[in-house]
Amino acid sequence: MAGFHIVVCGGMVPDPLQSLEPVVGPDGPALKNEAMLPMVLDPWAAHSLYEAAHLAAHAPGSKVWLVSLGPKARLQQLMMSIAQKVSFELVALDGAAGGFSDAYEIARALAEAIEGIPDLDRTRLLLFGGCASAARDAGVTMSMVAERLGLTEQFLGVDMLETDGDRLRIKERVEGGRYRISECDAPPAMLAWATGTLPIPPNNPQLGMQNMRSIMPALARAKSIPLGSGDVAFGAVERPVQRRETRVVKDMPPEDIAREIVAWMREG
Amino acid sequence: MERVLLLAHVESSGEIGKTTREAAQGAAEIARGLGAELVVGLIGARAETQAGTLGVDAAAFLAVSGDEFDEARYASDAAASTALVKASEATVVIAGATSRLSRALPGVAQRVDGRITTHVTGAEVDGGQLSIERWYYRQRMKATLTSPRRPWFVIFAPGIYGPAPASDEAVTCRAIGVPAAGPWRTRVIGEDAGSSEGQTIRPDATLLFVAGAGWTKKQGDGASHVPEAAELIRGFLDRSQASLGSSKSLVDQSSEGGDVIPFMTHLNQVGQTGATPRHPKGLSTCCHGEEPHVVGWRFVTERRAVNLDANCGWARGKADVVYVADAFEVMKRVNELLG
Ligand SMILES: Cc1cc2nc3c(=O)[nH]c(=O)nc-3n(C[C@H](O)[C@H](O)[C@H](O)COP(=O)(O)OP(=O)(O)OC[C@H]3O[C@@H](n4cnc5c(N)ncnc54)[C@H](O)[C@@H]3O)c2cc1C
Repeated sequence: MAGFHIVVCGGMVPDPLQSLEPVVGPDGPALKNEAMLPMVLDPWAAHSLYEAAHLAAHAPGSKVWLVSLGPKARLQQLMMSIAQKVSFELVALDGAAGGFSDAYEIARALAEAIEGIPDLDRTRLLLFGGCASAARDAGVTMSMVAERLGLTEQFLGVDMLETDGDRLRIKERVEGGRYRISECDAPPAMLAWATGTLPIPPNNPQLGMQNMRSIMPALARAKSIPLGSGDVAFGAVERPVQRRETRVVKDMPPEDIAREIVAWMREG
Repeated sequence: MERVLLLAHVESSGEIGKTTREAAQGAAEIARGLGAELVVGLIGARAETQAGTLGVDAAAFLAVSGDEFDEARYASDAAASTALVKASEATVVIAGATSRLSRALPGVAQRVDGRITTHVTGAEVDGGQLSIERWYYRQRMKATLTSPRRPWFVIFAPGIYGPAPASDEAVTCRAIGVPAAGPWRTRVIGEDAGSSEGQTIRPDATLLFVAGAGWTKKQGDGASHVPEAAELIRGFLDRSQASLGSSKSLVDQSSEGGDVIPFMTHLNQVGQTGATPRHPKGLSTCCHGEEPHVVGWRFVTERRAVNLDANCGWARGKADVVYVADAFEVMKRVNELLG
C-alpha cells in the first residue's frame, strides 16, 4: 500500500485564556492589541495535526504537511512550540490571522498553496483540519478548500478514523451527542476534525530542531496574501456585558441547598 | 428582487426535524420581510410526501427524492442541494444547522460561487435589507453583518425561531433531477451513542448538568471517590433527565489515562473546544468556571454552581447563584429529594 499524503490546514488563534475586545480597524473589525496577544495553533486543527502524525506513523510511505496562514513573524514563534510535537513539513502563507476575514478568500489561498506542493500525490490526499476555528468559528473553510481541490468525500466533526488498507472508517459528531459511522472506499477525502482520541503529544526538543531546519526556509518562502472581510459588511461588533449579580451562598446545610436546587429545577 | 429558498432534508426517521422546522419559520419571516417569494427545497427518500408537513406557505415546492438521498453522505447531499439552489434561482438560501446541512452547504456555496454565514443567532430585515447576527471567537463577541453577494446562504443555529407548525396539507412538488448522481464512494454504516451508557446528551432538556474535574479529585478525607461520583451523577441524570455536560479537564482524563467517570466522553465537553448547548437552566458541579469553559454557557439562561471554593470563576459574575459546598453531599440529597 502506498502511504497517505496528509495535508493539515491549521491557523493561529489567540490563547483562549486571553480576554478579547473588538475594535474597528481600517479594514473592518479586529481585536484590540491583536499583534500582542499570545497565539496558539487553532485547537481543533491542532488535534487534526496530531491525528495526522499518528496515522502517518502507522501507514508506511505517508507524509504530513502543515499549511498555515498567519503573520510570518508570529508563525515563526508558534512553530517553535508546534515543531516539538510532531513531524511535518510546513507550507507557510503570510497574511492576517483574524476571525473577521473572509473564509472564501482564505479557502482560495489555502487551496492554491496545496496545489503548489511539488511532490504531493493528490490521489493519495487526505485533507485534514479543524471542524471550526476558535476565531471565525464558522466550520466552512475546510469544505471550501476541499471543493476547490475537487474532493467529493467530506466529513465534519470527526473524532475517529480507522484505516484498512485504503479504506477509511470514520466517526463524525451528529445531533444529540451521537456518532455517524461512514465508510469511504479510498483517498482522496477531507476530514475536518473535532477532538479526536489522542492526547497532546509532549514536547520533544530534538524533533523541534529537526523540524525547524525545513520550517525556516518555508517561512522565508511564505507568499504574502492580502485578506479582508471580503463581501461581508459588518455593523456593530460588541462584547456584551456578561456579568451577573452572583449570590454566593455560604454555610447553608447541604439539605437546604438540595431543597433550593430542586425547587429551582421545578420552577417555570 | 430577492427569492428565498428554504433548503431542508427529511430525517432518517422519515420526518422533518425540529431544527428544520425552526429554520422554516425563520425563512417564512425573512421572505415576508423582504417581500420575496419563498420556495421550499427538500431532500429525502420520498421528500415529495413530506413537503406539505412543513407548514409554510411557499410559492413552489421542489424535491430531490430517491433512496440514495436518504443517506447522510456529503457527496449526495451536496449534489442534491446544488440542484435545488440552481432550480430555485434563489438569492437567499436558508437552512437549519443540522449535521447534514452544516457539512454540505459550505461546499455548495463554493460550487455556486455564493457566500455562506453559519451559526446565525438572529436576523432582521430593515429597508429591504437582510442583516444577521452571529458570534465570533467562540461566543466572545457578537456581530451584525450583511452581504451583498448572492446567493447568500444563511444557516441558523437551533433554537432561534419557534418551529413552524406541522401541517398535513398536500402540496404539489416539482421533482428535481440531480445530474451525475453516484456511484457514491462513501457509505453510511449507521450511528452509535458515543457513550457506553446510551444517551447522556439531551439537547431538548430543560437542565444542563455539568460535572467538572473536582468529582475525581482527592476530597477532604485525602482520597478520591470516582465510583461514588459516577453513581451520584448517573443517579441524578436518571431522575432529572438533564443533559450531561463536562469540563475539558474531566474528559481529558480518559486520554491521559487518569481515573474516569465511565460514561463521560469528549462529546460531553462544554466550552471553547467543546459544545455551546442551549438550555433554560444550567447546574455546574465541581467545575471551576474558567473562561474557556464558561464561553460554552453563552446560551444557558439561568446558572447555578456548587463548588467548595467561594472564589471560583462562577462566583465572579458568571453564575446567578454559587453554593459553597461539597457537591457529593449536595447531590446525594438532591437525588433523595427527586426520589
Ligand atoms: C486551548 C484550550 C481550550 C480549552 N477548552 C476548554 C473547553 O472547551 N472546556 C473546558 O471546560 N475547559 C477548556 N479549557 C480548560 C480550562 O481552561 C480549564 O482548565 C478547565 O475548564 C478546568 O476544568 P475544571 O473546572 O473541571 O477543573 P479544575 O480547574 O481542576 O477545578 C475543579 C473544581 O472542583 C472543585 N471541587 C473539588 N471537589 C469538590 C467538591 N467535593 N464539591 C464541590 N466542588 C469541588 C474545586 O474547588 C475546583 O473549583 C481549555 C483550555 C485551553 C488552553
